[in-house]
Amino acid sequence: MLSISALHANAGDKPILKGISLTVNPGEVHAIMGPNGSGKSTLAQVIAGHPGYEVTGGSITYMNQDLLELDPEERAQQGVFLAFQYPVEIPGVTNAYFLRSAYNEIRKAKGEEEVDPMEFLDLMEKKLKLVDMDPAMLHRSVNAGFSGGEKKRNEILQMAVLEPKLAILDETDSGLDIDALRIVADGVNALKRPDNATIVVTHYQRLLNYIVPDFVHVLAGGKIVKSGGKELALELEQRGYEWVMDAA
Amino acid sequence: MGDGRGVSMQTSMQTYTDAFAAASASGGSAPAWLTGLRRRAHDEFVATGFPTTRNEDWHFTSVTPIAERTFKTPKVGTGAASVTDALALAAGESGWPRAVFVNGRFDSALSALGALGKDIRVATLPDALTEGPDWVANHLGSLAAFDKQAFTAFNTAFVNDGLVVRVPKNVKAPAPLHIIHVADASAAGCVIHPRLLVVVDANAELAIVESFVSTGSAEYLTNAVAEVRIGEGARVHHYKVQRESAEAFHVGTLQAHQSRGSLFHSFSYATGAALSRTNIYTKLAGEGAEARLNGLYLVDGTQHVDHQTFVEHIAPNCSSRELYKGILDGASHGVFNGKVFVDPEAQKTDGKQTNHALLLSPQARVDTKPQLEIFADDVKCTHGATVGRLDAIALFYMKSRGIGADAARALLTYAFAAEVLETVEIDSLKDALEAIAFQRFTNQVQR
Ligand SMILES: Nc1ncnc2c1ncn2[C@@H]1O[C@H](COP(=O)(O)OP(=O)(O)OP(=O)(O)O)[C@@H](O)[C@H]1O
Ligand SMILES: [Mg+2]
Repeated sequence: MLSISALHANAGDKPILKGISLTVNPGEVHAIMGPNGSGKSTLAQVIAGHPGYEVTGGSITYMNQDLLELDPEERAQQGVFLAFQYPVEIPGVTNAYFLRSAYNEIRKAKGEEEVDPMEFLDLMEKKLKLVDMDPAMLHRSVNAGFSGGEKKRNEILQMAVLEPKLAILDETDSGLDIDALRIVADGVNALKRPDNATIVVTHYQRLLNYIVPDFVHVLAGGKIVKSGGKELALELEQRGYEWVMDAA
Repeated sequence: MGDGRGVSMQTSMQTYTDAFAAASASGGSAPAWLTGLRRRAHDEFVATGFPTTRNEDWHFTSVTPIAERTFKTPKVGTGAASVTDALALAAGESGWPRAVFVNGRFDSALSALGALGKDIRVATLPDALTEGPDWVANHLGSLAAFDKQAFTAFNTAFVNDGLVVRVPKNVKAPAPLHIIHVADASAAGCVIHPRLLVVVDANAELAIVESFVSTGSAEYLTNAVAEVRIGEGARVHHYKVQRESAEAFHVGTLQAHQSRGSLFHSFSYATGAALSRTNIYTKLAGEGAEARLNGLYLVDGTQHVDHQTFVEHIAPNCSSRELYKGILDGASHGVFNGKVFVDPEAQKTDGKQTNHALLLSPQARVDTKPQLEIFADDVKCTHGATVGRLDAIALFYMKSRGIGADAARALLTYAFAAEVLETVEIDSLKDALEAIAFQRFTNQVQR
């Protein structure tokens, strides 16, 4: 589904990703862990198509096409979804309008018919339940004035509505209380299908009790320095990152 | 004239003076007070001439293109606009009472004022002069000062057709009064001087929607003047919708005068004209009066759009709120000059002025000049201005959800405008203005 090979990327003149290779198959859950500033969000943003990063080497293939050739909206229309570490506030655009626009654009891209506001509200009712969100939030501006946890939940709501093939969750668990963490994890698990895949970026093995990864990767200094099974997360929790980086 | 327009300007002045003489000779039936008013305005206009950019009030707006042309008086009865044209262009409901002016002349066939009810007096200026009520003689020209205001003097010198409205004490107008100024192809090369006098007595209420529209792409000058006298506890809403032809010039001045406890609410929407200037002036002359001045303009190409507001706080305990937003694409130029004056008597004044501009292209620019002159010590007056571009991160966020670049830009642009459109209190008008705005953003982003 996703194949990243020797990926190098800069922010301005500064090299951040220094040769990342990663393969994700349908049905898999990958966890990416690693110290602050190691490049986890950069990797996620590059996959989503953030214009602020320049890919200087390597490739990303997604569903047999060159992902780097696609605009961010085309990537989304083809099933790539990034839950932002820092969700963006858009004052003046309601959540409902935003979500419906996104939903319809993605439907259009798939050759499906657009839904009208009434149909969409019906759909929203189910999705709101999934993430246990107050319907009143739909009529507020996107993320504007939302608490940290509400923003994260809103990201999962968007994911639930857009039903991506490849979901990347960038520290969606940070800032969530224990109940919310559970809700978010349940939401992610409920959306899991054999033909889609998830990449979770996290600092906490706690989340991985709920969203059980098939693979855990350690990203440090812009490279994946170690990969393993779910037990690697436990080991990292106990021993920290130093031993991995020393060994690398 | 340092800007090299001296010769052509003198020629145009001479032409206007000749036109004034001709009009004076033919218009024999006008009452003496009016001929005197016109004469004084004419002399003032000739003495002052069109403003140059050395005039502080016109620093960012050069009216050279107006000054160097010589605009003719439109021929009577040349208008060929149909009511469908006029109504389709003007953003209002067809059931509203309406006064339609075509190329500056009242068109009784296109107008329908019955819905205003019998309590409210409304007449064209010529009809009012025939009837001769004192209030018209007393108030016309009493608010819109023409000394040092060349365009107001120009209008007053040629004041002829127009509308006068009086809402008696305690009467609430049942529907907005829609005044539609249509310029059609035969307006080319002409100057149109719309004139409006509104007197709203104590505790009465009136909403006016004044639309300036064009059925073609003619080059003409609209030079409008409105005077609005607001009695104690009265409420007046004035919506100006400026959608002149792309080649047109538009100067519009509104001067309000507010008594104790009154409300003046103005909304200026501007999308048209090659060069436009809107002046919204109000004098808060009675204690506890409130002024709300808002506006939204959307321009592109080489359009130039200028708003000047002047809020005179004369009495204590008054408040003024101003919010103007501009969206500029292409190589357009926006100007906002907000003046606030607080008299030593006007203690406890609460004034706030905000101006935001959104630049959609690298060539678009905006000049903002707040001017606060405060002579009372116990006042709260603030002003704030921003000039920004579409938020690249917000755009990326939307794209990352599958929303295309054009739609994302349109949505963010719309979001920028939404706050000020919310101040339009007539729902159908708000929807119509929203639709016009949205259409414009979509066109813009498709380029
Ligand atoms: N636009 C930018 N300009 C300059 N440096 C940048 C930019 N974006 C990211 N960086 C730098 O790149 C490095 C990696 O950042 P990134 O956000 O990918 O880290 P991360 O692994 O997600 O960290 P965290 O765990 O704290 O979220 C950091 O040193 C960061 O300061
Ligand atoms: Mg990060």
